[in-house]
Amino acid sequence: MPKIRIDGIEFDAPKGWTILEVAKFLGIDIPTLCYHEGLTPWSGCRLCLVEIVQGNTTKLAASCTYPAEEGLIVRTASKKIINTRKVVLELLIAQCPTSRTLQDLASKMGLNRVRFKPKWEHCIYCGLCVRMCKEQMMTRSIGFVNRGKQLKITTPFDKTSEECRRCGGCMYICPACNLRCVGPNPQTIVCGSCYNKLQPTCLDVYDSYSCWMGLKGECGTCVTEKPKEKKEI
Amino acid sequence: MSKLHSTNQLEALYKKVLSDKAHKNRIISISSGTCGQARGSIKLVEAFQDAIIDDKDKISLKVSGCHGFCAAEPNVIIYPQEIFYKNLKPEDAPRIVQSVLNDEIIPELTVSQNGTNFIHLEEIPFYSHQKRILLHDNPLIDPTNIEDYLALGGYKALSKAFEMQPEEIIETIKLSGLRGRGGAGFPTGRKWDITRGQKSEVKYIICNADEGDPGAYMDRSLLEGNSQSILEGMIIGAYAMGATKGWVYVRTEYPLAVQNVILNIDKAQELGLLGENILGSGFSFDIEVVRGAGAFVCGEETALIHSIESMRGIPSQRPPFPAQKGLFNKPTNINNVETWANVPKILVNGADWFANIGSETCKGTKIFSLVGKVKNTGLVEVPMGITLREVVYDIGEGSPKGKKIKAVQTGGPSGGCIPENMFDLAVDYESLTGAGSIMGSGGMIVMDEDTCMVDFARYFTNFLQGESCGNCSACREGTQRMYEILTDITEGKAEEDSLELLEELAHVIKNASLCGLGQTAPNPVLSTIRYYKDEYLAHIRDKRCPAGVCKTLIKYQIDANNCTGCGLCTKNCPSGAIEGELKQTHSIDQEKCIKCGICSDVCKFNSIITE
Repeated sequence: MPKIRIDGIEFDAPKGWTILEVAKFLGIDIPTLCYHEGLTPWSGCRLCLVEIVQGNTTKLAASCTYPAEEGLIVRTASKKIINTRKVVLELLIAQCPTSRTLQDLASKMGLNRVRFKPKWEHCIYCGLCVRMCKEQMMTRSIGFVNRGKQLKITTPFDKTSEECRRCGGCMYICPACNLRCVGPNPQTIVCGSCYNKLQPTCLDVYDSYSCWMGLKGECGTCVTEKPKEKKEI
Repeated sequence: MSKLHSTNQLEALYKKVLSDKAHKNRIISISSGTCGQARGSIKLVEAFQDAIIDDKDKISLKVSGCHGFCAAEPNVIIYPQEIFYKNLKPEDAPRIVQSVLNDEIIPELTVSQNGTNFIHLEEIPFYSHQKRILLHDNPLIDPTNIEDYLALGGYKALSKAFEMQPEEIIETIKLSGLRGRGGAGFPTGRKWDITRGQKSEVKYIICNADEGDPGAYMDRSLLEGNSQSILEGMIIGAYAMGATKGWVYVRTEYPLAVQNVILNIDKAQELGLLGENILGSGFSFDIEVVRGAGAFVCGEETALIHSIESMRGIPSQRPPFPAQKGLFNKPTNINNVETWANVPKILVNGADWFANIGSETCKGTKIFSLVGKVKNTGLVEVPMGITLREVVYDIGEGSPKGKKIKAVQTGGPSGGCIPENMFDLAVDYESLTGAGSIMGSGGMIVMDEDTCMVDFARYFTNFLQGESCGNCSACREGTQRMYEILTDITEGKAEEDSLELLEELAHVIKNASLCGLGQTAPNPVLSTIRYYKDEYLAHIRDKRCPAGVCKTLIKYQIDANNCTGCGLCTKNCPSGAIEGELKQTHSIDQEKCIKCGICSDVCKFNSIITE
């Protein structure tokens, strides 16, 4: 079994596991959006980025598709990662401010500003519906069309697909249209209404690596409720 | 020609081909690649065919691939003297044929500069500063005739390779120091070694000929002019790595290249150089051509593999690397056209010969397409480590209109720009990356003082936002937002903090993107911010475009001192914005002016000024 080190924890990963699976197993929180346990990982949303040590430097890679290889050293919550994830989420929220899933993630990650003009689109091209249709519903009635700015998800030639059974799987899994956030404030785009309702679920040990907020306990939750000196691995 | 069953039969064929060609040593070679045809070489070829009709036994006409000197096309080279005639018209054909028969020279058709005529190829400044290893053979080869390639010693490297062990070949490539010419510069020998080391009965190799950079056409000219050298390189590589099948992935936008590669594969199969039991060595290998639909991202190796597998051309995360799990989940080696073309040269001349060319870290030569505001545009093959100054001023001979050169962009749309004061930089992978640009596949776009660097960054970001596959959010949304901010800046709508946001966004795209396209997409933005921050600030703070390019920020006015009242601008103005009596100073109505700049182009007295 390949031995990897993730946030300072040595772990013998079973063969074929990804970094995200290892992190989930160890209880390390990594935000995800286009990932779903029942579907092949896609590495499209770029929210599950982790920092991988490579020689004298590090690189960011999507943990959902990165295989847990022998000798890998991984950090899941450095300042660089947190800042990058925030900008990526900022881009996604600016694209589709009505998504409840995105607004919840913003609350969780402490994103409270969006500096881009809102596009008010209804799709973030995470590809969950396409994979759901293909892999779970065994149909291929929708897919990506075009690239870049013209990218869209649609049925072949924009016509009603004969393959489609109207099962609704695509709508069920969609993070943008399934749950609508009713709160977005047109001035700020970030809703923020549930900002204080979501309490962080904390781990036992805190430092800049493992606090998912990257705040070293500045949020106060862990410091007050779980004194640090009592908790050790 | 019958099928060859051993290297001895190949030797016999060499002798036959050379003796056939011996009595016909006068050759007129016409540059007729796609670029030459666009400049009118087809008519020139017809004119020459008519002109030599009576002298066919004395002169042979060669319709070859690109000779590289775009600014001089359509051109011919007369062998064996290597006389170069430029910018020819069909009417010139008869007298050129006559001069060849009489062993004369026509001075007015040669390249001239400051009163000096450069007659022979090696005297012309454009060619004399180059070191043409790969492109040298192009004028001597008719791409439809495999005998021309054999006459130049083609497939000698293959017979030599069959005498060696596969490990020895890989060791030779390693010693030569050849690095991937596709842009990243990964050592080719090591890449081959990794593929060879994979435990799999089936392995594949791919030639990446998906050249999508605007203004770059090195691969096209090699494919069109000398595709046999690429095929030979691939056969050698396949033998060294134990691969069973190869693909050439070439874009449909290169119809002539596709046609020539397919034709040459057929010819090689006829001769038994491809197929079962090649030259009696027991090694079997075949090559297939796959045509790409012209997506820029398909030049990325994982996207290219998906495209060959008939899936959407989107990249996937590495690892697993293609060498471990590539095409159809088998170990796959991908190399660029130029890399493959270098392989036969290395095997024939030896690793030391190759390692002696170039700089400390980068060996051999590299072909660049020198385009933009430079006098001698064309394909230049130079040793690695040459300075940008030599390329731009010695080979390119500077700006055509005598303007000051401002910067050079290397590496295609996702490369950065390098300002004029850094032109002493050596051209190799490390120093270009250090300067904030990339080697890329070898595009080199020269810009003069009339180029606005913000507009330049905006132009390439626009290209990249359209070519991003859209798979990963950082690249798709990020490039669109960068373009949005850059457009705001060029239109004078940007706020003071937008530059900071642009820079932050650029770094995020660089770090967070999945593939090479996204990771290099911010280069034009980052390098222009690095070297030309004052231009950005002039746009943002003073709402002024220093180069006078950004339409919303400039105003055309007429200089009363220079205006002669000729009325040429009034005649040409499409919106009727210029008024004035003949022989009186004219004036521009700013409300009607659409800022097309036609008045400035047509004015003969430099009286149109931009503010």
